Parts: sequence; C-alpha cells; structure tokens
Amino acid sequence: MAIPKIVGVETELGIMVRGTTEWNPVSASSLLINAYVGSEPGSLDERSTPVAWDFIDEMPGADAREFMPEFAMPPEIETHLVNAVLTNGARYYVDHAHPEVSTPECRDALSAVLYDRAAELIAIDSMTAARSALPPDQEIILYKDNTDRKGNAYGTHENYLVDRSLPFGQIITGATIHFVTRQIFTGSGKVGTELPGTTSEAVPYQITQRAEHFEEEVGLETTLKRPIINTRDEPHADSTRYRRLHVIVGDANMSQVATFLKVGTTSIILAMLEDHALLRAHPLADPVRAMHQVSHDLTLARPLDLESGKKMTALEIQFDLLEQATAWASERGLASVGEETGKLVLERWERVLTGLQSDPSTVADQVDWLAKKRVIDGFRERHDAGWDDTRLRALDLQYHDLRPGKSLAARAGLETLVDDEEAHLAKHEPPSDTRAYFRGKCLQKFGDSIVAANWDSIVFDVGDDPLRRVPMLEPGRGTVEHVGNLLDESDTVAELLAKLGA
Amino acid sequence: MAEREQIRKTPSRSDEKTVEETPANSESGEKLKAELDDLLDEIDEVLETNAEDFVKSYIQKGGQ
Repeated sequence: MAIPKIVGVETELGIMVRGTTEWNPVSASSLLINAYVGSEPGSLDERSTPVAWDFIDEMPGADAREFMPEFAMPPEIETHLVNAVLTNGARYYVDHAHPEVSTPECRDALSAVLYDRAAELIAIDSMTAARSALPPDQEIILYKDNTDRKGNAYGTHENYLVDRSLPFGQIITGATIHFVTRQIFTGSGKVGTELPGTTSEAVPYQITQRAEHFEEEVGLETTLKRPIINTRDEPHADSTRYRRLHVIVGDANMSQVATFLKVGTTSIILAMLEDHALLRAHPLADPVRAMHQVSHDLTLARPLDLESGKKMTALEIQFDLLEQATAWASERGLASVGEETGKLVLERWERVLTGLQSDPSTVADQVDWLAKKRVIDGFRERHDAGWDDTRLRALDLQYHDLRPGKSLAARAGLETLVDDEEAHLAKHEPPSDTRAYFRGKCLQKFGDSIVAANWDSIVFDVGDDPLRRVPMLEPGRGTVEHVGNLLDESDTVAELLAKLGA
Repeated sequence: MAEREQIRKTPSRSDEKTVEETPANSESGEKLKAELDDLLDEIDEVLETNAEDFVKSYIQKGGQ
C-alpha cells in the first residue's frame, strides 16, 4: 500500500547586485537573508539571533545504492553560512553561492504550490528588506531560474517520502521515464543552448533550462556530472521505514499549474511504484540523450528510442503513464496523494497533455516554456527580431525576475491555483497536516527557548537542565490533529516537554 | 457525476475561467491576442534598457 507522498520543494535562486561591480554572491545572499529574518514580524524579530539550523543528521554522502562509488563527490555542508528556520516550517539559507528556500513538508501537490508561492513572496520581501541595508544606488535582484545560460546551473529540487521497502532499482526504472518525458509540461523554456557541440542556430529555443546540464543516468553528485536519478540517501526521517527521493532534474516554475503537475504527477508515479502498479515503464535506450532530445524538440513529435527497439514520443509515453495512473486510482484510490488533490492532478494532467497534442497554444497560460515562447514570438514579430537578437535573451531572463515591477511571468497571463492572500499567510504559518506544523508552531510560541531545529528534530533550552532534543522522525506526525491541543494547553516549554513525555 | 461535482467545488479561480472560455474558442483566441498586445506594450516599457549588458552581466556560480 502506497504511503503518504509528503513532499517539499527547494529552490536555489539566481542573484545579482545592481549598482556596483564589487559584490560577491555569498555575502549578497547572506545580507539578503539576514535582512529578511531581521524584518520578519512575529516571534523571529524579537530574537537577537534567528533560530539556527542543526546539522547533526545531515549525511549528504550516504548513497541509496548502499555503496560509495570511488570517484563520487558528495556535496559538502557549509555550516558557517546563514541558515535560518522560519515560522512556517521552512528553511532559508545560503547554499553554494545562492539564496535557497526549502518549503516545509507538504501533504500534497496543492499545498506544495502554496508554499512554493510563499517562498517567492519571501524572496520578494527579502529584496525589499535588503534595500535598507544597501547604499541607495544598489539593489539585490533575485531570479527564479536554473541557469545563467553560460553553462552554470543551480537547482530546484523536489523531495518525496518513499517507502524504504521499495527496491531502489524499481524507483530508477519508473522515475527515469517520467523525469525524461514530464519535461514537456515542466520545462520553463530557454533561449539558445548550453550543450557543448550544439549551436544556437540549431537550437534557438528549447523546452527546459536544466536538461542540458545532465550527463549521467544515476549518481550521487548534484553539482557536476549531474545524474537523472540522484542517489542521495538522507531520509530526514526514520531510515528503517522511509527514504527521501531527492529529485534534481526539475526546472524552477513560474507557472503554478506547472509546479502542481510536476509535484502531483511525480507523487502519483512514486505511489504507483509502491503499489507495483506501473506495469509499462518503457525503458529508454539512452535516457541522457533522450532528456536532451525532449528538451530540444519543440514539435513534440520526434520519437525516443526505447530499450525494446520500439520508438515512442514523450507525449505518447505521458499519455500511457496517465492511463496507467487512472487505472491505479480507480483500483487503489488516491489517499496516498490526497483524495481531492489527486483527482485534480489527474484531471489537469489529461487536460494539459490533450492541449499539448492538439494545439499547444491553448495551454500557454499553464506551461512555462509555452508562456515564455508566446511572449518571445510576439516580441519577434512586433520588432522584426531574429533569434540572435540579444533582447530575446533579456526577455528569457526577465521572465524569471521576481520583482513584481519587472517580472515578465507575472505579466504573461499565467493561471493561478492559490490566492496570494493565502500565500502571504503561508509565509508565517506552517501547513497543518505534516510535522512542519509542530516545528513552525514551536518557533512561534517558544522561539526564545529553541536553540536549533532541523527537519527531524528540535533542540530546546529549558533553563538549568541540559538541552533537550525532541525527535520528529515521522513526517506525518506532529500535525494539528496530533499536537494542536497539546501546544495550545502548554504555557511553557517545560509543560510542553512534560506533556510530550520527552 | 459525484467526482465532477467535487472537482468543481474546490476553491480554484481557474475553474470559473475555464467554464467561461470553453464555449467560444474564437472569442477566447481574440481575447488572448488582445492580452498579448497589451503585454507586449508593457514589455517594451519594463524590458531592461541595455539588453546586451544585462545578459552579459548575468553570471552565476554553479550550484546544485
């Protein structure tokens, strides 16, 4: 039986400082996050220092294949950089040379869209807060994209809770086919190419930002020789029961529908794998090549070579995955991905695939690469601009500009799934239906007594006693249903800990 | 039937829009075109003025 597909999205943002050439991305990211945390209303602004992230259980070198390949480069943890926990249960920190927001754990795809939008609003507030910390002629600008279009990529990662008893080999087979073919609706679009040996004349525009940065089928790396399936085995939960599938192939989406489908369809595929219901996985002859091919094929008509010797297009494979998902849903139900949300995902998946098949322009309000292309095509026509016109590259970048006054995505007529009013609340309020509720509410109510927190524990300082660590190894526990009353009835941390039996 | 009703009940602004737009395809096509014209007017206003410098100076350190 498939387990609840608890999910989170982490986004590394592109960063620029305007008005000076003397800046460095690490200090700018730190300044930005500190400015935001300092300006935060609620419990955080009353604290002299924000609650720090606790690194005790981070093991980025652990490999799901249970061995450490000789030449693998596990990602390093940078403990000295700014690293804050927010009252909505999210983590906001400097990763490599980028500000990164990790949403709290969400129970379904719609909740992930809400907290992804909240993360955008946090980034917007951060840019505003940073202005007062900078000289008046300088400004920090954030871009929600994945590449500088010069060969340097940064990630938007998804994380899914998966049953430990599902063999990793089955995840590799089932997830790979989806990751390669889902690009037709998850791609954010890019002008030109970054693939060595390919020219922008041959590829003036492509479906995704990230595809060309993938070189391997399976591996532990995330910053070089990126693999389609990342094997990082760091569950941030009870490791005897769970794994966390760390998905690094996705684009940052400006379209809420694209985020919804990216997270929703992947949750369904993983739940189907747990139920052994993915009967036709259509293994590809060369997944990495297929990944690039799908991204380069704007016609959606070029077939991919399958291991079996047959050929299918990404769209045909997606329709078959949808058909299997629909059969699985009617047989096994959608509880694992959220009943209501699961239905909406299936319905939207069909609607978008049908649109892509019959007339892609009909889904240009839902799919980023089409929304961006519509703007670029309109601009080219109006200004009689060729594909080599630099203004098209500027449009491409500015689509991802998070400043409301400059963002082209905000002007591209994209459909929204969540209210901004609700998303503004979600900057401060955790989801009620995962352990993020406990983390966020403890920070709101007992922030002064929290020394550190991370995904699966909180460390409390209760005065004279030694520090007390409360483990949270079950991502589905610590919800309002489990601990709402207990938190309401506790006036002090000591009371809370006594009631928890900690 | 019950499934359809449940889908409609969810609080999504998009549902109303879809219901409005589906019956008249040509009408919605014209509406989209008018929207695009407005958008292009706006882009001409907000687009970074020195595209060349803007694109060239956007250099990021690689991340994950």
